[in-house]
Amino acid sequence: MVKVKIWGSLKNFADGNDYISVSGSNFKQVLDDISLKYPGLKPQINRGVSLAINGKIYRESWFIPIDEDSEVVLMPYMQGG
Amino acid sequence: MDQITPKPVKQFKVIGTRPLRPDGIEKVTGKAIYGADLSAPNMLFGLMLRINEPHALIESIDISIAEKLPGVKSIITFKDFIKINPDNKYNETLENCIANEKVLYDGHAVAAVAAINLNIAKKALKSINVKFKKLPFVINIEDAMNKNAPLVAKGKKNENIPDGFSDNVVQYCSFGHGNLEQGFNESDKVIKRTFKTPSVHQGYIEPHACLASMSDDGKADLWCCTQGHYNVRSICSNIFKIDNSQLKVTASEIGGGFGGKTTVFIEPIALALSQKSGRPVKIVMSREEVFKATGPTVSSLVDVKIGMKKNGKISAAKAIIRYEGGAFPNETYELGAQSAFAAYDLKFVKTEAYNVLTNRPAQAAYRAPGAPQSIYAVESVIDELCQYFNHDPLYVRILNAADKGTKSSYGPTFEDIGLKATLEAAKVHSHYTTPLKDNQGRGVACGFWFNFGGNTCVSLNINFDGTVGIVEGNPDIGGSRSSISQIAAEELGISLEKVKTIIADTNSLGHNDVTDGSRVTFSVGLATIKAAKAAKKELCKRAAKLWGIDEEAVIWKDGYAYPAGANAGIQDPLSLEDIAKVSSQTGGPIAGHYEVNAEGAGVSFGVHLVDVETDLETGHTKILRYTVFQDAGKAIHPSYVEGQMQGGSVQGIGWALNEEYIYNNEGKLQNPGFLDYRIPVSSDLPMIDPVILEIPNPGHPYGVRGVGETSIVPPLAAINNAVSRATNIRFTELPLSPPRVLKAILNNL
Repeated sequence: MVKVKIWGSLKNFADGNDYISVSGSNFKQVLDDISLKYPGLKPQINRGVSLAINGKIYRESWFIPIDEDSEVVLMPYMQGG
Repeated sequence: MDQITPKPVKQFKVIGTRPLRPDGIEKVTGKAIYGADLSAPNMLFGLMLRINEPHALIESIDISIAEKLPGVKSIITFKDFIKINPDNKYNETLENCIANEKVLYDGHAVAAVAAINLNIAKKALKSINVKFKKLPFVINIEDAMNKNAPLVAKGKKNENIPDGFSDNVVQYCSFGHGNLEQGFNESDKVIKRTFKTPSVHQGYIEPHACLASMSDDGKADLWCCTQGHYNVRSICSNIFKIDNSQLKVTASEIGGGFGGKTTVFIEPIALALSQKSGRPVKIVMSREEVFKATGPTVSSLVDVKIGMKKNGKISAAKAIIRYEGGAFPNETYELGAQSAFAAYDLKFVKTEAYNVLTNRPAQAAYRAPGAPQSIYAVESVIDELCQYFNHDPLYVRILNAADKGTKSSYGPTFEDIGLKATLEAAKVHSHYTTPLKDNQGRGVACGFWFNFGGNTCVSLNINFDGTVGIVEGNPDIGGSRSSISQIAAEELGISLEKVKTIIADTNSLGHNDVTDGSRVTFSVGLATIKAAKAAKKELCKRAAKLWGIDEEAVIWKDGYAYPAGANAGIQDPLSLEDIAKVSSQTGGPIAGHYEVNAEGAGVSFGVHLVDVETDLETGHTKILRYTVFQDAGKAIHPSYVEGQMQGGSVQGIGWALNEEYIYNNEGKLQNPGFLDYRIPVSSDLPMIDPVILEIPNPGHPYGVRGVGETSIVPPLAAINNAVSRATNIRFTELPLSPPRVLKAILNNL
């Protein structure tokens, strides 16, 4: 299982938890499992999210590997100017 | 201008030098082709009819007289787009270009005309009869959030909005960690303030311009000034329900964008007018249109509460952020919330942010979108706490600075970052210890930006004469063509003069994301290195053929192919030019290409020092000295990096001192021109002194980080802190224009 930190305003859709445990060994699998286990988070995931994996922010790389001991943080989709 | 390289890094020959910019002569002699310079045979001129009301229901648009005028070739309204593709996913973007059922802000377009000349087009606009009913409007954040506020648009509200607000509050988020109450209880002093920043425009000198040619069967060519022509293609091909391949978009030279040219405003309109008339159509916005109908920044209302211990350690921090981005949900409120406290290592921290609709033009990105406003508020309160405890402001920032291993306020743990190095560099700089005189103040502030990579394609072609052409797909807004050429020359081991980089149209290269997010030198540079490596592999293969040895027995070094060792035999090295000259005979042209969705861009920090003098009789503030310290990663072309640091600072100075969108009581913009909307000019400024710190990004082969955005983040707070110290009055609203400062001085007497 991978432990994923979610941002504060999503806690209400994850039983009030700061962290959720999901299965998956890459970006896509982790996001798919979040949507499956926490349907309340699906609208946000559909709007766009990034994942910070061990401090690096990934926006779209589905097959970036994620280990069980990786630090994984769900973040809004990054944009710039 | 200094360059500080704290750690030993790879030794370069071309990277880090300062060659003359390749586009310099064309630009200063007027030969460079910008959006408004474009023309085509039989071209028509397009103009848009804009309504000067902040909020109105469109009852009817009668074009019957206008379309009969001699010389008028096509007229369109939103209904024409509905006929083309009612379900396009960019309807919101389109609705910002041309109103659907309602006028949503002062200057919103409702119709467009194409005619054989501008005079006829203007006459046609006057002949269009628009009937509308004025609606109640809302301009300011506080009013818009109020439960009884006029509703700007229905159906925009997300599922997680707290109770107690109007439906103009459409999105909400929060970030942070730790028990805030505990942190504030541990504080020796807590300061809470509310800050306001106005909408400001990106202020690019070149107005939006495009030339479109579209036929009935949906084949189209579009030339425009943009930061991302592939994005223009994606939006327009979706709106017109045509294949990407049928719409070729070519980016012109760009006269400034700063985030404001990352979307479309006129391009779908020109395409529709062209399709309807069967002739090319050119649209060039006036300056007034640019101000009224293209994206300014969000305006903000931010509460910040910070607790500090006597020793200067921050014990807890909270911010409530409200950004309004006009009549459509803004894209920056989350970034503001994440950036606010990113510079600090905090045990107890929380940010909340609200996305608010008003009857103003839709916001567009502006350098580090969302970060300057929230960080302005945070850095101002930290400075006030420093004054309260009589602490040195750099000491306090160093004491609390985020570092490698810090759990950031927005979640992830930082890798190698350069904030402490920039703070230490500022502390030992001569600027920091220069004595100040009466009515002068020194301000300090930190800034932060994420940076990112994205989709990128590069094709590197070796010509028969040994020169190299690089084709990339990101409009050059900050010197990227030079930097990419330098990277290719470095990797291939040849002189820079042999390399030329151009920007391809959308049919000549795979998809490239927009030039934004400080991504280009990072991600296009990465792809260029990989493309050059692929070309080097092929060069070695050709040398092996010429020498009659295995290709594995050939190595590439400093622009030459060499036998790998004694077993490979003794051969005179072959230069890139030697191999290129006979490439037709050894297998054909040699090239390398690389396509990637680049990830791993490193975050960037900056620290700004500014000295100001405020005239107590007029309220005018003069910038006396300004120094920028920024963690830039490896500086490929230091002059361009310095230019980014200086340019962002100057824009931040304008934001802090003068720039603001001013609306009257009728919701109409009062200053849509550079005469009344004052950006800084050379005579307002000292030389901005940039100090580059080269802390390599571990996620890039050369250590490149993005540099284009961080520099606009600290100036708002740095100047606010300097003026507050010069006048002994704490300011909480920008701009610090002479009337505002003078009023505060007089009230304080």
